[in-house]
Amino acid sequence: MKLSKVFLAVLLVFVLVGTACAEDTIKIGVYNSLTGRTAFGGQLELEGIQMAHQEVPELLGKKVELIVVDNKTDKVEAANAVKRLTERDKVVAVIGTYGSSLAMAGGEVAEAAKIPMMGTSCTNPLVTQGKMYVFRACFIDPYQGAGAATYAMKTLNMKKAALLIDVANDYSVGLATFFKQSFKKLGGEIVSELKYNSGDQDFTAQLTEIISKKPELLFIPADFAEGAIIMKQARELGAEFQIMGGDAMDNPELVKIGGDAVNGFIHTTFPYDATMKDMSPLAATFTENWKKIHPDKAPNVNAALGYDSYMLVANAIKTAGSAEPDAIRAALAQTKDFPGVTGNKTINATHDAESPVGIIQIKDGQRVYVGEVSPEM
Amino acid sequence: MFVQHFFNALTLGSLYGLIAIGYTMVYGILRLINFAHGDMFMLGAYFVFFATTLWALPWSLAVVVAIIGTALCGVLVDRMAYRPLRDAPRISALISAIGVSFFIQNLSLVLFTGLPRAVMRPDWLVNVIKFGDIRILPLAIIVPIVTAALVASLLWVIYRTKPGLAMRAISKDIETTRLMGVPVDKVIAMTFAIGSALAAASGIMWALRYPQINPFMGLVPGNKAFIAAVFGGIGSIQGAVVGGMILGFIEIMVVAFFPGLSGYRDAFAFILLIVILLMKPTGLMGEKLEDKI
Repeated sequence: MKLSKVFLAVLLVFVLVGTACAEDTIKIGVYNSLTGRTAFGGQLELEGIQMAHQEVPELLGKKVELIVVDNKTDKVEAANAVKRLTERDKVVAVIGTYGSSLAMAGGEVAEAAKIPMMGTSCTNPLVTQGKMYVFRACFIDPYQGAGAATYAMKTLNMKKAALLIDVANDYSVGLATFFKQSFKKLGGEIVSELKYNSGDQDFTAQLTEIISKKPELLFIPADFAEGAIIMKQARELGAEFQIMGGDAMDNPELVKIGGDAVNGFIHTTFPYDATMKDMSPLAATFTENWKKIHPDKAPNVNAALGYDSYMLVANAIKTAGSAEPDAIRAALAQTKDFPGVTGNKTINATHDAESPVGIIQIKDGQRVYVGEVSPEM
Repeated sequence: MFVQHFFNALTLGSLYGLIAIGYTMVYGILRLINFAHGDMFMLGAYFVFFATTLWALPWSLAVVVAIIGTALCGVLVDRMAYRPLRDAPRISALISAIGVSFFIQNLSLVLFTGLPRAVMRPDWLVNVIKFGDIRILPLAIIVPIVTAALVASLLWVIYRTKPGLAMRAISKDIETTRLMGVPVDKVIAMTFAIGSALAAASGIMWALRYPQINPFMGLVPGNKAFIAAVFGGIGSIQGAVVGGMILGFIEIMVVAFFPGLSGYRDAFAFILLIVILLMKPTGLMGEKLEDKI
C-alpha cells in the first residue's frame, strides 16, 4: 500500500516535470537514414538541419529541441520513427527524410497523426500526393526528369537513350518514367530499358545488352554508390556513351568510388553546389559557415536541403505565431518566395517547393556546376 | 555478344562458387550452416581496405593480412558462439550463427560507418583486355583459377592430411572421435580458420570485381552462395563450385536472352533452382545424409 503511494507520487512528479518541460520548449522531430544503405545522404541532411538549429535555436521565445531518430534506411523503421516522434515525444513538426520510399512510409504516419512533415530531398510525387500535412523543400521528379531530358536533347543534342532502372526503388522507377515521357515528347527514342534490384552488384549482363543497342546516352536514376559501380562496369565493358543521372548522384563520394569511370558524367540536382559560380549571398554564407563547422568536409546539396527544411519550418512557426501543429501546417502551405540556400522557395498546391534544375558534370575528377536548365514539360 | 555474356557469367559464377565452398566445408564437417560466413566475407574486404589505406601496406601484403585476420576472427567466433553450444541441439547453434551474423553487421556499421568505401585495385588485375568487341578483365580469368586452386588445396587438406582425417572423423561421429584422443576443439577451430580464410579470399576477389564495400555487402552474395551450396549438394566441395557456376550463368543468361525480364532476374534464377531441387532433393552432387539438420 505504502509502496504504491510512493510510486504514485514519483509518477506524479515525473508527469508534472514532463509537462513543465514541454511548455518550455518547442520539439521538432527529425528522422533520417543515419545508418544503412543511404546513410551518406541522411548524415549530411542531419548536419544541415543541426547547423540551421544552431543559427535559430529559439522561436517565439522558447527553446527549440531537436529530437533525432535513425530510420536505418528501412521503410518499416521510417514509419516507426515517425510514430515514436509523434506519439511518445509529441513533436509539433517532423523533418525528413532522404529517400522517397522512406518519406512515403513516414508521411503516412505523420498524416494520420496530423503532424506537419517537411520532406528534405524526397522527390517522388507520391510523397505529398493527397496529403494534407506532408510538404517538401525540394522539387519533384517529373520536373527533374523533364530537366534531364531537356538538357540531353537541347544541349547535348542526343536522340537515342537507354535506361537502367532499380525496380525495388520508388525514386528510381519514378524518375525513369518521367525522363522517358519527356524524352519521347521532345522527339527522342528509348532504345533499351533494363532493370535490376537494390543491392545487386553485378550489372554486366544488363550493360552488355545496352551496349549492343548502341545508345548515345544512358540514364541511370540510381544513388551514387550504385551509380559509381554501374559506370565502372560500363566503362570496363567498353561503353563510350554519355551517362546521366539524377540528384541522388549528388555526393562528393561519387568521384572517390567511381574514379576515372565517372569522368564526363552529368547529373541533375537542386540549384546549390559548393563549386557553383554566382552564388546567392545566402548560399555563400551557408558555405562559409559550413566550412567553419566541418573544415574537412565539403557541403553538398543534401546539407543545404536539410538546412532549408529546418528554416522553412522555423519560418512557418514564426509567421503562425504558434507552435500548434495545425497552425504550422497552415503557415507552411502559405509559404511564398522564402529565401533558401537552394533558391527561393514557394510551396505550391501539391506541397512541393519550386526551383530550377541544376546540372553538374564531373570533369577530371572534379564536380563542376555547369548551370541551370528550365525543363520543357 | 554471347562471348561477352559468357565471360561475365564465368566471373560471377566462380565468385559465387568461391563463397559457396566455405559454406559447404563447414557444413560438411560440423553439419552447421554458418550464417556468419557472409560477414566474414565482408570483414575480409574491410581488412584489405584498412590495410591498404590506413597502414599503407602494399596490396599483396594486405591480402595476406586480411586472410590471417579473418581466419582469427573465425576462430574467435567459434570459441565465443559455437563451442559452448557443441552439445546443444543443432538448431541452437544455427540460431547462434544468425545472431553472430547480425552482431558482426551492426558492429561493423558502428565501427566502419555505413558510408560505402572504394577499394584500391592493382592495375594488372583490372586493365581491360580487348578481343575485338569482347572486353575481359584479367580478373575474369584469375577468379576461376583461384577458385580451382583453392578447391584443389582444400580437397588435399581434407583427404590427404592428418588434420583432414580428423575433420572427416568428426563429420561422422564427434563423440567417438573425441574418445580416440583427437583434440576435437582444436580441429574444429582449424575448420573455422580455414572456412573464414576462404571467406576472406572470396571477399577480396568480390571487392576487386565490384570495388565498393559496405557493412552489408556480405548479405546478398552470402545468401546466394548458400543457395548455390545447397543446390550443388551441401557438404560437397565440387558441388558448391558447380552450384555457384550454374547460379551465375542463370543470372546472366536470363538477362541476356530475356532483357524484358531483367527486373525479375533473381526470381527466375530461383524458380529454376527450386525446380531442379524438386527433382533432385539432395542437390546435384550431394549424398543422402541422415537428418542432422
